[in-house]
Amino acid sequence: MSLQFNNEQMTEFKRLVARYPEGKQKSALLPVLHLAQDSFGGWLPTEAMDYVAILLNIEPIEVYEVATFYSMYNLKPVGKFVFEVCQTGPCMISGSENIITYIQTQLGIQPGETTKDGIFTLKLVECLGACGYAPMMQVGKIYREHLTKEKVDAIIAEYRMQVAAQN
Amino acid sequence: MGVKLLLEKANVPGIRTYDVYRREGGYATAEKALKEMTIESIVEEVKKSGLRGRGGAGFPAGMKWSFIAKPEGVPRHLVCNADESEPGTFKDRYLMEFLPHLLLEGLLISSFALGSNDTYIYIRGEYAWVADILEEAIVEATKNGWLGKNILGTGFDCMIHVHRGAGAYICGEETALIESLEGKRGNPRIKPPFPAIQGLWMRPTVVNNVETLAAVVPIIKMGGDEYAKIGVGRSTGTKLISACGNINKPGVYEIDMTISVEDFIYSDEYCGGIANGKRLKACIPGGSSVPILPANLLLKTAKGETRYMNYESLSDGGFATGSMMGSGGFIILDEDQCIVKNTLTLARFYRHESCGQCSPCREGTGWMEKILQKIESGKGEVSDIDLLWDIQRKIEGNTICPLGDAAAWPVAAAIRHFRDEFEWHIHNRALSQTSNFGLQHYADPIHVPA
Ligand SMILES: Cc1cc2nc3c(=O)[nH]c(=O)nc-3n(C[C@H](O)[C@H](O)[C@H](O)COP(=O)(O)O)c2cc1C
Ligand code: SF4
Ligand code: FES
Repeated sequence: MSLQFNNEQMTEFKRLVARYPEGKQKSALLPVLHLAQDSFGGWLPTEAMDYVAILLNIEPIEVYEVATFYSMYNLKPVGKFVFEVCQTGPCMISGSENIITYIQTQLGIQPGETTKDGIFTLKLVECLGACGYAPMMQVGKIYREHLTKEKVDAIIAEYRMQVAAQN
Repeated sequence: MGVKLLLEKANVPGIRTYDVYRREGGYATAEKALKEMTIESIVEEVKKSGLRGRGGAGFPAGMKWSFIAKPEGVPRHLVCNADESEPGTFKDRYLMEFLPHLLLEGLLISSFALGSNDTYIYIRGEYAWVADILEEAIVEATKNGWLGKNILGTGFDCMIHVHRGAGAYICGEETALIESLEGKRGNPRIKPPFPAIQGLWMRPTVVNNVETLAAVVPIIKMGGDEYAKIGVGRSTGTKLISACGNINKPGVYEIDMTISVEDFIYSDEYCGGIANGKRLKACIPGGSSVPILPANLLLKTAKGETRYMNYESLSDGGFATGSMMGSGGFIILDEDQCIVKNTLTLARFYRHESCGQCSPCREGTGWMEKILQKIESGKGEVSDIDLLWDIQRKIEGNTICPLGDAAAWPVAAAIRHFRDEFEWHIHNRALSQTSNFGLQHYADPIHVPA
């Protein structure tokens, strides 16, 4: 099998499983899927889910069932940076629609799409618990709040620079 | 300034770290509880405090604790509900982000009282950085002997584990949360059995909200009777309110529940008034699931009495003319907001979050979204309003878990109070695409900016 946790990821896997009693290792499934998604390029190919099933000693179907239920697991490849913009009521009344339209024009993509260069994906999501700091989006682990057009420009530029620096 | 029991120290620099929290008197209450109190006396203080669950339902915490089954040889668990996904609600995040050790101290005392040696914090997956803050705090607390084996030499073992969810509002419902914690889809269980009898891994389990468990610290510190003196009637103690929408100062506020809604919205200490000099149109006072109220019914009850920020006053008038305290997610809409559109975004939310187990919820939430979309985009018929009303009534009370009700109530309340706005959309199809219905008669009659 080509997809495997490296040593560091394996240590983290063991730490996660150790939180649950003997024989209840299936409880670690959600955290382990997060680890797998972070480790294998931001999404969960079938191969990754099968690998997790083996590690936790459960049936692959038990993993698929869970991976398809929760919105944070990506079942298709995504860009390097995923803009998850909140569209629920409180953000909407605080101006999220203008921000969503602006991001669409700046990136030239619709919600659900990834830019041709593979850097950005745009996703519309439901309330992220940042309603008082709206409009907002999540990018990776970070919340970007009080968004304005200028802030969006700066954020896009910042990530483009990060990618350029890595190349 | 009102009484602050939870956020009193929130602005102390470095309070997030163990050293500063301890220096400010942190963990002294846990020490008192573990060394000087019995399990029974802790539960008794919580009962006396009148503390009601802060997750939304308002069930008395002490009573819930006393229901936990204690079969011989079966481990029990405390689970902290940090799923916080009800639109408008962001108070638990604030508590965990700024005062992680306050939550841990509350969890330690509560775990001791319930006999939970392994306590779990189920935190919504998106709060990844907050989960990191909690993990760091757990490491610090363990290093300093507040977690682990034989805590303070009392023989009590306790470990707290952070468990990240992965994006599902329904996992805030306690039985769905337990399923999710077992590594499954978040499908709510049919009750009974209740978690207090058979919960996590079929063991007796108590699920409480973050704020509820943090409030255990001031309760044990000052005593249940003293705590109960704060607030009014059955709304004892303080409540965190996350205020958002069209106000000058969105944020998380701790209130004692004697303040009027009007003062909360307009005083500089709290929301600071409506933003941009606009007028207040409507408010959803307790998270997206509770009924929306037009300004006139928000500030005063139908009887013309002042409405206060507490459980009883917010629900005065029942669903006909009142609302609910709910989760404390306080959403303000100004005169420029469209009720149809706001209701549509909430209907979409519930359709997206329905777990799909019960057909009234699965199908009904989809239908409500479609019909609202139709009205919002200028294609609605008058009969659609009645259809919406009919669908929400068929969902309410006919489902396994309360998400069905939570989806039905916002639609029902929007039609109940703003029917003429829906009709205006239908009769002015073209106009409704370019302009808003506005304030009409809903406006707050008190505060009209010059
Ligand atoms: C659909 C749904 C979502 C819920 N979400 C949450 C939540 O995010 N946080 C929470 O504490 N309680 C939530 N609850 C309430 C829980 O089921 C449960 O009553 C609560 O965690 C009990 O804690 P408390 O008594 O301390 O409030 C939700 C309930 C439902 C029906
Ligand atoms: S009411 Fe909705 S969310 Fe709750 S169990 Fe039924 S389908 Fe699932
Ligand atoms: S509505 Fe957008 S974060 Fe809550």
